Amino acid sequence: MTKILAHARLLLAATLAFVALGAQAQLSIEITGSGASRFPVIIPVFENESSLSRGVSDVVRADLERSGLFNLIDIGPVTVPESRVPDLAAMRGRGADAVLAASILPQPDGRYDVRFRLYDTQKQTELGAMSLRMAPAQNRLTAHRIADFVYEKLTGQPGYFATRIAYVVKSGARYELQIADADGMNAQAALVSREPIISPSWSPDGQRLAYVSFEAKKPIVYVHTLATGQRQVVANFKGSNSAPTWSPDGGQLAVVLTKDGQSQMYVLNADGSGVRRLASSSGIDTEPAWSPDGQWIYFTSDRGGSPQIYRIPAGGGSAQRVSFEGNYNVTPRLSPDGKLLAFITRNNGRFQVAVQDIASRQTTILTDSARDESPSFAPNGRMILYATESGGRGVLAAVSSDGRVKQRLSVQAADVREPAWGPIQK
Amino acid sequence: MNKLLLPALLSVLLAACSSTGTDATGAKVEDRTGAGAGVATVTAPGMSGTGIAALTDPNNILSKRSVFFDYDSFIIKAEAKPLIEAHARFLVQNPQMKVLVQGNTDERGSREYNLALGQKRADSVRQALSLLGAKEVQIESVSLGEEKPRCTDASEACYAENRRSDILYSGEF
Repeated sequence: MTKILAHARLLLAATLAFVALGAQAQLSIEITGSGASRFPVIIPVFENESSLSRGVSDVVRADLERSGLFNLIDIGPVTVPESRVPDLAAMRGRGADAVLAASILPQPDGRYDVRFRLYDTQKQTELGAMSLRMAPAQNRLTAHRIADFVYEKLTGQPGYFATRIAYVVKSGARYELQIADADGMNAQAALVSREPIISPSWSPDGQRLAYVSFEAKKPIVYVHTLATGQRQVVANFKGSNSAPTWSPDGGQLAVVLTKDGQSQMYVLNADGSGVRRLASSSGIDTEPAWSPDGQWIYFTSDRGGSPQIYRIPAGGGSAQRVSFEGNYNVTPRLSPDGKLLAFITRNNGRFQVAVQDIASRQTTILTDSARDESPSFAPNGRMILYATESGGRGVLAAVSSDGRVKQRLSVQAADVREPAWGPIQK
Repeated sequence: MNKLLLPALLSVLLAACSSTGTDATGAKVEDRTGAGAGVATVTAPGMSGTGIAALTDPNNILSKRSVFFDYDSFIIKAEAKPLIEAHARFLVQNPQMKVLVQGNTDERGSREYNLALGQKRADSVRQALSLLGAKEVQIESVSLGEEKPRCTDASEACYAENRRSDILYSGEF
């Protein structure tokens, strides 16, 4: 059943598409709401940054600004070198609680060292320091790592800027599975097809995507290694094959198959072998999602008459209902710490992103839009990326799990849907 | 849902049984055009002229391939019975022919849940064809969910157009 597809043709098509689409395929991000109290911070131009053809500090500032948690205080073209302790009292006088001192040091091999130290202006202490070596073209990735460092030191949570997102762009009868940086830049097509692509799911190591492609006129589950473009059919049984999701250890996939009747959940090894049924119901069971501790599989089922969220032990067992309010609750997704459940709820005919605190069962609707789909947590659990509709087009949006910070990501003249936020690359 | 479907289908089934008896596959096709070079051309089963022509003849009910459903429903409506009956008869008479039944939904709600709903619509047609004598191996029912809308406006008329199962024969998918 499993066969390796050497898709040189698709790879070529993907490359051509990337060249052809160029800049207009880039996601642009608009911030539509921000946190109540934002941390005031100074990220000055780095010492010697003008020696780089492409900047770093502006990308760091944009990342932090976009998170909605920071207030970037502008001090103009003044640099704050990493090699000496800055005048913290003066920085505090500007209203900043923290300042990043950073310098660029050219290396003999053509690369650059970026050295930086973060200071707390109130306690007058250093919060940490780091040095990153980069090629000139790695300016954005380096900047995302610096932003992650600042974010973690100041919020206590890991950052999510040096991560990638996957999503599907539909343009006419053309479908592209694209991978971009979390800020929407560097979009590249992993798969180009004339038929729909849905349900991309990142492997825990961030190297592979499982997804459903309709290129064979029916839904089939593939696993796609991003670096090589190698694709493997992992579920192509009679009927429909869909809703792949990885186990936390990356060794297994839960999928939905109709080979034995209605849509039911199965577990198989990541190479497609060893398929076994996870549960049996008389209705639809779909959209499985593993809890991060591997103990539970959350899923959508209409066994009670309307679609609701349930969970079962990952090894099989009896189901427990998880969602209770309303008559349409679908697409369960667990936060990385396992404490929150994001899902889509129908609220007066509007499909919206909701979160449930699993321990207290307290549910909050986070959005006020009407066509939300496919929620996906950032790897630190702070933001939820989802698909929605704006001006008749599919766009991506993100909302913080407390509902305060809101962003919209769109691609000109195309429908964007099916977002999936990738893991932190180790 | 099957409880509602079954009595209706049984009456269709009886009608279908009584109308079989003619061999729609027709005479064997022998093609001699390659005989001079010592190569006999063999025409594979499924290329029978009468059968294929009937599937695309606009005057033949077999050219009608879409079964429409009510909102949130998987029940085959009375208006679709002649169509289902004709395709079932064709499959019985042409056991080498295979069909792919694709179920579709309107665009509202979760894509994966809609995929499962579309599967129910495809399965309704598969079960009806099967009850009328088509063999399991002749039919695969799959879902396209909300992914391949025939109509793309956000209107009730459009949604109705998209709540549909399509019957595709070998070579058409």
